[in-house]
Amino acid sequence: MNNKFDIAIVGAGVVGCAMARQLTLCGATVLVLEKAVDVLDGASKGNSAILHTGFDAPVNSLEQSCIASGYANYLSHAAELNLPILKSGALVLAWDQQQLAQLPELIDKAHANGVNDVARLTREEILAREPNLAPSVVGGFEVPGEYLIDPWATAHAYLLQAIANGTELLRGTEVLDGEYTNGYWNLKTSAGDFVADHVINCAGLYGDIVDQRLVGESCFTITPRKGQFVVFDKAASDLTTAILLPVPTKKTKGVVVCRTIFGNLLLGPTAEDQTSRVDASTNREALLALRDRGIDMIPKLENFDVTAAYAGLRPACEHSDYQIRHMPDQQYICVGSIRSTGLSGALGIAQYVNKLLVETRFSNQPLTSPVIPDVDRLSNYHPRDWQDQNNGGIVCHCESVTRREIMNALTGPMPPASLQGLKRRTRVCMGRCQGFYCTAELAKMTKGYFELPLGVQHENS
Amino acid sequence: MKIADANQPSPIDVAIVGAGSAGLALAAELKRSGVTRVVMLEREKTAGGIPRHCGHYPFGIREYGRLLKGPDYAKRNVDTAVKLGVEIRNEVSVTELHPQGRLSLFTPSGLESLQAKRVVLCTGVRESSRSQRFIGGDRPLGVMSTAALQSLVYLNGMHPFSRPIILGSELVSFSAIETCRHLGIRPVAMVEELDRVIAQKTILPYLTLRGVPLYAGVHEPKIIGKKHVEALAFVDADGKPQTIETDGIIVSGRFRPEASLLLASHLELDPGSGGPVIDQFGQCSDPSYYSAGNLLRAAETSGWCWREGVSTAKRIVQDLSSAHYEVRGYIRLSTNDPAIKFALPQRLVISNRPGGMTDMQIGLLKPSRGVLKASCGSQCVSVSKINSRPMRRILRPLADILATAPGSDVQLSFEES
Ligand SMILES: Cc1cc2nc3c(=O)[nH]c(=O)nc-3n(C[C@H](O)[C@H](O)[C@H](O)COP(=O)(O)OP(=O)(O)OC[C@H]3O[C@@H](n4cnc5c(N)ncnc54)[C@H](O)[C@@H]3O)c2cc1C
Ligand SMILES: Cc1cc2nc3c(=O)[nH]c(=O)nc-3n(C[C@H](O)[C@H](O)[C@H](O)COP(=O)(O)OP(=O)(O)OC[C@H]3O[C@@H](n4cnc5c(N)ncnc54)[C@H](O)[C@@H]3O)c2cc1C
Repeated sequence: MNNKFDIAIVGAGVVGCAMARQLTLCGATVLVLEKAVDVLDGASKGNSAILHTGFDAPVNSLEQSCIASGYANYLSHAAELNLPILKSGALVLAWDQQQLAQLPELIDKAHANGVNDVARLTREEILAREPNLAPSVVGGFEVPGEYLIDPWATAHAYLLQAIANGTELLRGTEVLDGEYTNGYWNLKTSAGDFVADHVINCAGLYGDIVDQRLVGESCFTITPRKGQFVVFDKAASDLTTAILLPVPTKKTKGVVVCRTIFGNLLLGPTAEDQTSRVDASTNREALLALRDRGIDMIPKLENFDVTAAYAGLRPACEHSDYQIRHMPDQQYICVGSIRSTGLSGALGIAQYVNKLLVETRFSNQPLTSPVIPDVDRLSNYHPRDWQDQNNGGIVCHCESVTRREIMNALTGPMPPASLQGLKRRTRVCMGRCQGFYCTAELAKMTKGYFELPLGVQHENS
Repeated sequence: MKIADANQPSPIDVAIVGAGSAGLALAAELKRSGVTRVVMLEREKTAGGIPRHCGHYPFGIREYGRLLKGPDYAKRNVDTAVKLGVEIRNEVSVTELHPQGRLSLFTPSGLESLQAKRVVLCTGVRESSRSQRFIGGDRPLGVMSTAALQSLVYLNGMHPFSRPIILGSELVSFSAIETCRHLGIRPVAMVEELDRVIAQKTILPYLTLRGVPLYAGVHEPKIIGKKHVEALAFVDADGKPQTIETDGIIVSGRFRPEASLLLASHLELDPGSGGPVIDQFGQCSDPSYYSAGNLLRAAETSGWCWREGVSTAKRIVQDLSSAHYEVRGYIRLSTNDPAIKFALPQRLVISNRPGGMTDMQIGLLKPSRGVLKASCGSQCVSVSKINSRPMRRILRPLADILATAPGSDVQLSFEES
C-alpha cells in the first residue's frame, strides 16, 4: 500500500463512494477509510431508491445544482456501470384543497430548477393513469424524469470502479483524530496512521463529529431523522406505475408509494427526529400507521402481504441545504448533512468537490482508459443471471439469486463481511420468505467469509 | 406397427410442482393407477419437502404403519415414488404457470418449457417472517424461522445460537424446542402475543418438563441487538416491561401457503386461504391444474397432506380416463365473516362426476363458539355447532350445499352463542 495518498476520504456511504470514483478517475491516489465492517453502513443503508430530478429542491441552492448535475451524470454513466434504471416518472398528488392550492407554486419551482417537463394533471387524468388510486385524490402534476434505481449497486459500482483504478479501501477503520502540518494530513485511525494531502469528510451521520476531531469545530450539528419503510410483496407492484409523491412539507418529502427496481412496492418513509446516530429500529405502531396511510392512497393494498420493513437515518441538521465547507488552508473539505437526496446528488457533489480541490493544490490528470468494474445487475425489470448459462443454480428462490452471483460477491474485490452486506450485493433473503428456504444453504456457502457466521458445526451432527 | 422413437420421450401425463409429502404420495398413487408418465419438479437438491428437516417423531404411522422421524419418512416417500417409476427432477424450479398445463422451468442446464396434460401444484407452506408480523426493533443476525433452524441443524449439522427465544406457540414452535434439544440447548422462553398457547392446551406440561417458561399475552415485542441478537423486549400480560437476554429468536409458525407461482399466474387465488381456488375435485380455475397439500391452506399435518395427495391422484386418474361428465352448473362457496379465515373448496361443480370431497374444510381467525351457518340469499342451507379455535381442523359435510341450485352463491357465517 501507498504510504502517502493525495486524498483521504472519511466514510464510504454513497457520497464517499462517488467521491472516490471521481477523484480516482481524475488521477488522484485515494484512500477510503470506513469505520464499519462494510461500506454503506450509515445513511446510505436504507432509502427510497429514487433518482430525483431535484424539481422540489430549494431554487439556487447547492443541493439543487448537485442534484441536477448528479442526475445528468447518473443517466450518462448507468449503462457503462451496468446500473439498472427504470423510468417510472412521478406524480405529485394533492389529497385536499389546501395541497391543491400549493401545486402552482411547486410547478413554478420545478421550472425554475430547470425541470421543464413538469406539467399539471387533472384528477381524471391522474386516475386514468393510476386506476388503483383512491378516488379522493383531488389533483396533481407529473414529473416524468424521476427514475427508480438500485441504491446499493449504485454506491458499490462507484467504489468498485475506484478500486479497480487504484483506490485503497480500508474497512473497520475509524478516523479518530488528525493533524494538518507541513502541507499534509496525518490521520490517526483505529487501524493505524495514514498520511494524505487532502482530507474529505464524507462521514454522513457523523459529519459534525469528524469535523470536531479533525478541525476542532463544525458549522452544523447532525440530528438524525429516521425514516421507516414497509416493503410490500412483488404482486403489489402492479398497483402503480409512477412514483407517487405527496405535496412536500418543509421537513420532509412525505410518504411515498413506489415500485422498487427489484419489483416490490415500497411505502414510506416516516420522518422522526432522534438523538441516536445508530438506532435504525422499526416499531410496529409506525409501520402499521404507514400501512394504513398506504391503504388510504391505494385501497387494494389491503390485500397484499408485507415482505419486509426497515428504517434509514437521514443526516439532517439545523440548515436545510447541503453543508459543503472548503478549508483551503488546511486542505480539508467537509461534505456534510447530505440529508435526503444524496443518492441522486452524489455524482454532482463529487464533481463540485473536485472543482474545489482544483482551486487548491490538486490538479486533474484524468485516466485515459479507466477500468470498468464488473457489477451484477439485480433488477426485476432487466435480464438476470438466472436466465443465463452456467450460473450454478438458484440458491435464493424468492429473489432468483444464483450460486454464481453469491460466489462473485463473496470472492470479489469488496467482499461482504456480514449477511447484511451479502443481501445488499445479491438480494439473498430479501424476498417473500426472508430466509425460510435458503438460510441453510447460505450458511454452508458463506462458511469462513463472515465476521459472524450463520452457524457453527455442532457435535451431535 | 409404429416403433416408439427412443429419443422422443412420450408426452407427460401429469407434472407435479413440489416433491413434498402431498406431491410424492400423489405421484406414487398415479403410477399405481397405471398413469404412464409422471414427472415431479422439485427446486431443492433433494426431494421430500418439509419433513426432510423435521428430525423428530411422529411421522408415517398411518401411511406406513411405522413410527418414523421426518427425514426417514421423507426418504420413504421418495423411494416409494421412484420405485413405482415416478421421474423426480431435483434442482428444477418452476418459474411460471401458463394456461393449459404449460410450465416454464429453471434447470441447472438452462431454461426449459414443459407441457403436461395435467399439472398439480403442491408447493406447501412456509412460516410468516417477523416483518409480516410487524415485529419491530433492530435487524440483527440470529432471527430465523423454525424451518431455517431445522435445516441448519438437521441438514447442515450447524448450531446458530445457544439460548434462543421462541416466538409463537403453535405445534411447530414446540418442534423448535425439540430441535434445540437435539443441539443440547434449552430455549430461554416461549413468547406468544395471543393470550394463550395456540397449540392444544394438553401440551403445556411439556413446557414444564423442558423447563421453558411461557409468556403469553405479550405486547409490543421488539428485537434488540446491534450485530447479533442480544435481547427481546416486550410488555408482559400484566403490563410490565420485560427484557429477556437471548442470542437468537425463532420466529415460528403463522403458516401461509407458498403461493408465489400462483400470485403471478392466470389461476384464481383465494385471499382467505392464500391458496388456489379449487373445486371438490381439487381442480383449479384452469381445469388443467390441480392442487393438493398445504398450498391449499395453512396448515395441516403431513399425514393429512399425504392422504390428500392420494385422493387427488384418484380424481386425476378419473379425469384423464376421458370419461365424459355432464356439468349442470357451479356453486360458489365463500365467506366474509370476520371469524372465518377460509372455506375449502371455494367452488362446487354440479355434475354426475363421482368421487369428489364429501366435506368442506374451514379455518377460523379467532376462537369461536356458536353456530356455523351456510346460507344462500335469505335461505338457510345448513347449520352446525362450532366450538373451536384458529389452527384447528374443522370439517363439515358438503351434501346440503351441493343440493342447492346451480348458480347459487353460498355464504358461510358464524353466530356466537
Ligand atoms: C429514509 C430515507 C430516504 C431517502 N430517500 C432518498 C431517495 O429516494 N433518493 C435520494 O437521492 N436520496 C435519498 N435519501 C438520502 C440518501 O440516502 C443520503 O443522502 C445519503 O445516503 C447520504 O450518504 P452519505 O455518504 O453522506 O452518508 P452515510 O451513508 O452515512 O455515509 C457515511 C459513512 O461514514 C462512515 N463514518 C462515520 N464516521 C466515521 C469515522 N470517524 N471514520 C470512518 N468512517 C466513518 C459511516 O460508517 C458511514 O458509512 C434518503 C435517505 C433516507 C434516510
Ligand atoms: C417449519 C415447518 C415444520 C413442520 N413440521 C411438521 C411436523 O412436525 N409434522 C407435520 O405433520 N407437519 C409439519 N409441518 C407441516 C408441513 O407443511 C407438512 O408436514 C407437509 O410437509 C406438507 O406437505 P406439502 O407437500 O404440502 O408441502 P412441502 O412438504 O412443504 O413440499 C413442498 C415442496 O415444493 C417445493 N417447491 C415449492 N415451490 C416450488 C417451485 N416453484 N418449483 C419447484 N418446487 C417447488 C418445495 O421445495 C418443497 O419441496 C411443518 C411445516 C413447516 C413449515
